[in-house]
Amino acid sequence: MLNIGKIEEGFVLDHIKAGKSLQIYHHLGLDKMDSTVAIIRNARSNKMGKKDILKVECDIDMLDLDVLAFIDHNITVNVIKDGEIIDKKELQLPKEIKNIIYCKNPRCITSIEQGLPHIFVLSDEEKEIYRCKYCEEKYSEIKELK
Amino acid sequence: MRHLMSPLDFSVEELEKLFILANEIEKDPDRFKEKCKGKKLATCFYEPSTRTRLSFEAAMINLGGSVIGFSDANSSSAAKGESVSDTIRVISCFADICAMRHPKEGAPMVAASKSSIPVINAGDGGHQHPTQTLTDLLTIRSLRGNIKNFTIGLCGDLKFGRTVHSLINALMRYPGIKFIFISPPELKVPDYITSALVDKGIEYKEVISLEEVMSELDFLYMTRVQRERFFNEEDYVRLKDFYILNKEKMALAKDDMLVLHPLPRVNEISVDVDDDPRAAYFKQVKYGVYVRMALILTLLELV
Repeated sequence: MLNIGKIEEGFVLDHIKAGKSLQIYHHLGLDKMDSTVAIIRNARSNKMGKKDILKVECDIDMLDLDVLAFIDHNITVNVIKDGEIIDKKELQLPKEIKNIIYCKNPRCITSIEQGLPHIFVLSDEEKEIYRCKYCEEKYSEIKELK
Repeated sequence: MRHLMSPLDFSVEELEKLFILANEIEKDPDRFKEKCKGKKLATCFYEPSTRTRLSFEAAMINLGGSVIGFSDANSSSAAKGESVSDTIRVISCFADICAMRHPKEGAPMVAASKSSIPVINAGDGGHQHPTQTLTDLLTIRSLRGNIKNFTIGLCGDLKFGRTVHSLINALMRYPGIKFIFISPPELKVPDYITSALVDKGIEYKEVISLEEVMSELDFLYMTRVQRERFFNEEDYVRLKDFYILNKEKMALAKDDMLVLHPLPRVNEISVDVDDDPRAAYFKQVKYGVYVRMALILTLLELV
């Protein structure tokens, strides 16, 4: 059994689908921060069989919950302060996401207009479908991201 | 200030007001001939479209206003690399309202977000063409008296045809409309549209043969297979002549069925159909001018 110490302030992302922690690490921009990060892969889980866990020691405001919810809203977010869990956040699919994914439609204005943010809007919550705000092209790789 | 990006930007009630105004203009155009005196419409057309541009220009001139603009990206600053955002900021200083056509989808929406004047989407790639949809709805309403309880057949390119997508989305909001989609398998209506119809419990069917459903239709909306929407010339050549509406097929239709077409036509409606009283596609062009006049007045808040 591998032991990883407690963190004083930060967050623990639990119930990450096994093997996906590195993707989340990159999407959250953790590679660009100098915080202490523990990436636990293939941990035993009663609920999931195997799961990944991310422990990040940083200011708790630094986590972009929208990005995380977009990638996988089944992840549990434990907020840690003074070494204790002070909050468990439920994730909901964000209504709109900006510059997280990019429109691949070659006919979309985002392909030529400089400085235009790539904005996707949640068009079907049940089927988890996002569409480009400008051309309404469906973004269909969310499942692959997870 | 309001813009028009999609026909769904206006509620059914707002559209009803717009159509009533368009019919008033049709009945008594003289009453409106000076309503836009001193106002300027900018037609910013980044790709060629004689018909839509002239319809907008005629609409503004009929209202006593004037028109500035360009009809080709090469004759505009876009050729020098200017962004849509910058262009509209500049145009906003010259004109009171802008109609924009652009080959890139969403370009008019970007323009509207930076504009200080109302922007009308006059067609953005294969995406939306709301004033064509308003024209179609006004034509149906004017020739039938209302927009409810009929069967409409949409025939031809239902995959890339933006006028078709916009019209279906707009008609979904009216009661008792049944859709029949007539297309080759390669040009079928996209899944997201049929899913929306299923979700709303709206009756539709998809067929390949036009003859098979002709007698069921109250409206037949013909479309052209557009070369510019294909990346592959071979596919275009194979599919362009799939449907041709002619006298023989018209003989199978109801006596009061009406044929609509967004125009331009190539050969998908044979010229021998033009004299048939059920051919409504040239009347549709007139309604296009009336509805654009009503739209300009509405967006400029002159009603």
